[in-house]
Amino acid sequence: MVHDPPTCPAPRSRVIDLYFMEHRAKVLDIAAFLDRLDRAQDDIGREDFRVRGLREAIAILLDGEGERARRVLDLFSDPTEGPLDSAAGMKGAYGVYPGSEP
Amino acid sequence: MTYIDPHIHMVSRTTDDYQRMAQAGCLAITEPAFWAGFDRSSPKGFFDYFRQLTESEPRRAAQFGIRHFTWLCINPKEAEDPGFAREVMSIIPEFLDRPNVLGIGEIGLNKNSRNELEIFEAHVEFAAQRGQLILVHTPHLEDKKKGTRLIMDAIRRHGRIDPGRVLIDHVEEHTVKMVLDAGFWAGMTLYPDTKCTPQRAADIFEVYGTERIWINSAGDWGISDPLAVPKCQVELRRRGHTEDLVRRVSLENPRTFLRQSAKFDVR
Repeated sequence: MVHDPPTCPAPRSRVIDLYFMEHRAKVLDIAAFLDRLDRAQDDIGREDFRVRGLREAIAILLDGEGERARRVLDLFSDPTEGPLDSAAGMKGAYGVYPGSEP
Repeated sequence: MTYIDPHIHMVSRTTDDYQRMAQAGCLAITEPAFWAGFDRSSPKGFFDYFRQLTESEPRRAAQFGIRHFTWLCINPKEAEDPGFAREVMSIIPEFLDRPNVLGIGEIGLNKNSRNELEIFEAHVEFAAQRGQLILVHTPHLEDKKKGTRLIMDAIRRHGRIDPGRVLIDHVEEHTVKMVLDAGFWAGMTLYPDTKCTPQRAADIFEVYGTERIWINSAGDWGISDPLAVPKCQVELRRRGHTEDLVRRVSLENPRTFLRQSAKFDVR
């Protein structure tokens, strides 16, 4: 997907020069994280919803469509509409909408 | 280049941070009232916190030539008990006329509950009655998109709030368009892990433009970076953006929004 006209002032070669090493490292971090999960004892019995979300997000990166960041954030988001009845005892967030889990 | 960090929690930062921010060109900061990492046991805890925000922090910032402004409220993480929250809100009028108080904030939602929404709406009415600017916190991570919608709907329902006097903070790629399209100001928070990086903020400027949008560090007691705004300036420059654009997003835009309060007199 190509933006016409371009909105980033740096040409593509410059963008690659600036950011390639940083993102090479991030891809390796994800690969190593997934390897680490494989090596860890399974005390869950199913795939964790966060890891499932991560795998679905990786598919978005490879689908050839644009707006990847927005679509990944949409994927991770709570799709329901109304307010919760109560937030008692709830403070933090998981990073991926858990649905009926955990 | 000089800059304004319009959202940072200096009560959680060391004096060294003020020094480093001044050295990096910080002219002024605005500090919204927020959650301290634990729930306060009494409304009196907020009385002391509001004194800290209006008395001691301005003095600490002034040592380094930084102007300190603040926003008052009970934050959404402590708003699940409406009775407690309303007691805290009853303290705010005593502080509202202090010279560094710009408005009501950071109000909003955390887990998008009915009680949080009730207290958010009470703050909006409080601000409307007193003609105050509003700074809005949107929820974290998976709760953000839904919470941003609920917040915008509540402000629209109120009916007497000019969206140009409301800054909706912590926008990301999935919420920035809806906020800007509705006429609100948008804030991007530059966090190492959980919000926007300087790189993604620069991307968002490239896609959605630089009108009615600012950047902030929201530096606090968690993993955060009080120098995130100057780091984003560097990020924009190294991509080839103009000094005019860098200045607009890191200095002029916050000044334009904040000058809607007569108290914000930073030149």
